[in-house]
Amino acid sequence: MAEKLVGVDYTAVDLRAKITGRAKYAEDFRAQGMVFMKLLLSPMPHCRVRGVDDSRARQVPGFIDIMRASDVPQPEGPSEAMLTDEPKYEGEPILAVAAESEEACAAAIEAIELDLEPLPFVLDPLQSLRPNSPNAYTEGNQFSGQDGWSTYKWTDADFAEVDAGRMPNPATPIVEWSKGDIEAGFAEATVIVEEMIVHQSATHHPMEPRSTMAYWENGRLHAFVSTQSAQRTKMGMAGALEIDPEEITFVSEFTGGGFGSKIPGHTHMSLAPLMSRKIGRPVMHRVTRYEENYIGRARPGFQSWVKMGFRADGKCTAIDLMIVQDSGPYGAGDHNTASNVADITYTPGNMRYRGFPIYTNTPPKAAQRGPGGAQINGMLEPLIDKAARELNMDRLAIRILNAPTQAYGMGPRNQMLTSVFAKEALQKGAELFDYENKIRLSGQRNGSKVTGIGMGLSTYTAGSRGYDGLMVIRPDGKLYVYQGIGNLGTHSISDTARPAAELLGLNWDQVEIMWGDSSRGMPNSSVQAGSQTTHAHTRANYAAAQDALRKIRAIAARQLGGNANQYRVDNGRVMGPGGSMTFAQVAQRAIALGGEYDGHTLPTDINAATVPAANMHVGTGLVGVARDNFGGEGGIYSWLAVFGLIELDVETGHFETKELVCATDVGTVIHPRSLGAQCYGGAIQGMGLAMSQRWVFDPQYGVPFANRLYTARPPSIMDAPRSCAWDAVGIPDPQTPVGAKGIGEPSVGAGSAVLTTAISDAIGGVCLCRTPLTPDLILASLEGRPLPFGRLDQHVG
Amino acid sequence: MANMKDMIPAFDLVQPTTVEDAVDLMKDAGDEGWVLAGGLDTMDWFKDRIKRPRVVIDVGGIEEMRGIRDEAGGVEIGALTSLTQVATHQRVRSEFGLLSTAAENVATPQIRNQGTLGGNVSQDTRCWYYRSGWPCYRAGGNVCYASAPLAMNREHCIMGRSRCVAVNPSDTAPALIALDAKMVVQSPRRRLYDAEDFFIGPSVDITRMTVMEPGDLLTQVFVPAFWANSNFYFEKVRDRGSWDFSLVSVAAAFRMSGNTIEDARIAVNGVAPYPVRLDAVERLVQGETASETIQNAAGELAIQGTRALRHNDYKIVMMRNLVRRAVRSVAA
Repeated sequence: MAEKLVGVDYTAVDLRAKITGRAKYAEDFRAQGMVFMKLLLSPMPHCRVRGVDDSRARQVPGFIDIMRASDVPQPEGPSEAMLTDEPKYEGEPILAVAAESEEACAAAIEAIELDLEPLPFVLDPLQSLRPNSPNAYTEGNQFSGQDGWSTYKWTDADFAEVDAGRMPNPATPIVEWSKGDIEAGFAEATVIVEEMIVHQSATHHPMEPRSTMAYWENGRLHAFVSTQSAQRTKMGMAGALEIDPEEITFVSEFTGGGFGSKIPGHTHMSLAPLMSRKIGRPVMHRVTRYEENYIGRARPGFQSWVKMGFRADGKCTAIDLMIVQDSGPYGAGDHNTASNVADITYTPGNMRYRGFPIYTNTPPKAAQRGPGGAQINGMLEPLIDKAARELNMDRLAIRILNAPTQAYGMGPRNQMLTSVFAKEALQKGAELFDYENKIRLSGQRNGSKVTGIGMGLSTYTAGSRGYDGLMVIRPDGKLYVYQGIGNLGTHSISDTARPAAELLGLNWDQVEIMWGDSSRGMPNSSVQAGSQTTHAHTRANYAAAQDALRKIRAIAARQLGGNANQYRVDNGRVMGPGGSMTFAQVAQRAIALGGEYDGHTLPTDINAATVPAANMHVGTGLVGVARDNFGGEGGIYSWLAVFGLIELDVETGHFETKELVCATDVGTVIHPRSLGAQCYGGAIQGMGLAMSQRWVFDPQYGVPFANRLYTARPPSIMDAPRSCAWDAVGIPDPQTPVGAKGIGEPSVGAGSAVLTTAISDAIGGVCLCRTPLTPDLILASLEGRPLPFGRLDQHVG
Repeated sequence: MANMKDMIPAFDLVQPTTVEDAVDLMKDAGDEGWVLAGGLDTMDWFKDRIKRPRVVIDVGGIEEMRGIRDEAGGVEIGALTSLTQVATHQRVRSEFGLLSTAAENVATPQIRNQGTLGGNVSQDTRCWYYRSGWPCYRAGGNVCYASAPLAMNREHCIMGRSRCVAVNPSDTAPALIALDAKMVVQSPRRRLYDAEDFFIGPSVDITRMTVMEPGDLLTQVFVPAFWANSNFYFEKVRDRGSWDFSLVSVAAAFRMSGNTIEDARIAVNGVAPYPVRLDAVERLVQGETASETIQNAAGELAIQGTRALRHNDYKIVMMRNLVRRAVRSVAA
């Protein structure tokens, strides 16, 4: 009997290499004759390059060549180029230098004289909405594909409302949607809570900066890249370089995190290939922590106003939400997602959303783990508590009441979701936390310490459909699963193969995972982002396994007699009425038969990108290859309910997180230990957003200061809760054959929410309504002193 | 000149094995020399290419500057002794727990393993304008960017300013002041400074954090037995649990006679360009019991004369509360 694989802990296939140091990351690769490349970054937040004198740089021993903006594609509109002559943030790359060593690169760059024309800049998006304020671009602060550039400002009357601490009412929001009847919703409300809330921007700061090594050999590009995705990054690189994807040998076996900043790779990964092509030498571009701070992307901050109405029984009846988003120079979509997440988490039925994404001269923004959702859940959960207090209602009860069921449609289009077990997650979490007893500790004082109880609900996308699976049973009797998804440490590369292996009746030691090198074959895959892979690739691999199983049975029936459907698989054998065969024998037979059995004939519905990958394995064994045609309707979302206990010192503003409990609706649990790690890891990342991580600029000069890990202050292990526990609802998603959904995203919003609510609880229900909630802010509030920053100040700390 | 970071420029490395040789090499190098110990302050400066010495004098091989020795009347700690050793040394822990606790609060285990006591007290300020290479007063310019009207100065000083508003970042410095430690400086003349006098503010010399001038080498720290086994209190408030400098810290030593404070030494850091000994507070509490009234009076007295910058008013109450708590720690 083969072992059970789904729902069982195991050692993921990449761990030993990581622990023993054998894992090779992008900057570990070398090639003969390799040289180095470094970037010259803009010293100003917005300027125009009038001239570059590189004559002294060219005299630096070891200097090889220089690449300017004119050497790389320059997209139209607010789109990012690899190099630019009009930098739009401090740190934007102006040019690249190649030299025999990094020391020579640095010396050459320092020898370059730049003639820069400073241009007006804006850091704070709200300031860019003031009449006559500067814009991030010389052409304006809004862009549309149809109409080009324009300038969008609020009026003095709008800012009179802002300055008075009220929600303004701009005549023409940039983005607007509504559902239901917002006025009727508020009319129905017994309690209305209204707040201004600021969420900071936050750099991604993955442990591994985005380095690339590249060289060309006979027209073929060999690229070693730090990226989240694999097959999709290869396609992205091919697009950026305007070459056939099959002319790239793409390697990315291990990546030290990305959090959304390297989803399909990144803009600057194509510089090393371009430089290599220009100089005819392999090029290593090692990105440093300092550079990562600039080009490494950030979560966009929000300045927002929100009004929520609640009926006497606690039901949320209306949300009026308004967000000004720091979109950086190249845009971000977080604010839109935030509005949808607000709707689906609190189910008001009546909602208006007005969004103001504004370009700024700060480093570029990109999706960061739970983009939009993490911000809004952390921001709004204290308001749910505020309503509960005013209604004298239990904080868990109000959440369970407002949590969605599958009947609630999300956002303006009332999008249906495949499964929603949010109430169940809240109930399971409450049990695990011992909510009934713990809530009694709320506000309890022990010396200068006061206990705060935090809780919240968080959600995010958790899957996608329609990708391809590819696997081969070789004559050695093993199953080789070819993964096109990336490996940034989430175990997806092996977790998503487990249900397929189980379907084929295999033990785990009979399975080999092949990943991270396009020369092994990468089928069309989802990006490694948005918590998609668990859902998308358990499906795709399951489809391929079904294809393999069909072929195994057919071969067995042909070889041994009887009906194919009477054959079953177990422990590397297929057996039925005519006897049994090993998978090794099946593979040999498949090669002999050819046709669809060994991949000579491929399904017609697989993606064109899968074909060359499958062709690499023609004749090597029994090929299982299929598109995920399982179908399904609606959005795929997972849920995480969170509970926590903190002790806050009222004399210092410092707090310690004592307990964290996560309960999640992710459908079927594939790999419990990995799921727990995602719950805790994401939650701690979210706690960092709530408590310490920051993004600070000098407003006069437009330059950032939180540009090192120690100044940006992401959470450390000493900030992690002393006690953690997790559990899962465990109800399979009915629309996917394996029943599993992803989890990486919602844990961040949950972690943020558990602290924003716990702190509010500890300080008597006051919502400080900004992140990060650092000791200065908490202490100033408790002591009735001037708060360190204005209510809507952004990029401060 | 274009901006370049995270790439250490080349330098000549010399590695003396005696204090005498080190001092000679430092003299030879003059203003072009740089003393390297644990390297935690140094490497940031080097990576940012702001400090570019011609010669780096690595004193890490000087054994006589390493280790903790029992001496008549106290303990002598070599300046190269790691913070981990200071934090875990049996006698330091049992008799001078204030210092071991302060050392334990530095950064992370990795940094404490590498960082030295001498480096921790000699380190430069972390004002981010100054550390970013801006031409401020401390860097030889004629402006303080951190006190400009729009500046980000949440972590800057509330007292002791004199053109510069940076703070001293050391965790062990206030503990050494509270323990009345003596700093041994060689150049080649051997000098002894009270810890309190070792640290200097910008009104004395805006380019330095300590009395040490180029050519000076901190070789030992002597902790006298006078305050051994006293009642100690150390607390550091920071934004996150590790790898973080203090917003405000307090270190206090109390000699008790029953419930009465016979003698006290209290110092705070993170509030001024130098660690501040609160001698007025010491006099206030001397001969008193640590009643709530005395606790509060001590806190209020401590913050007299403080003045907030635009974003750091909170430091005033944080300092007041920490001093209160220090006194409260010896309440009956």
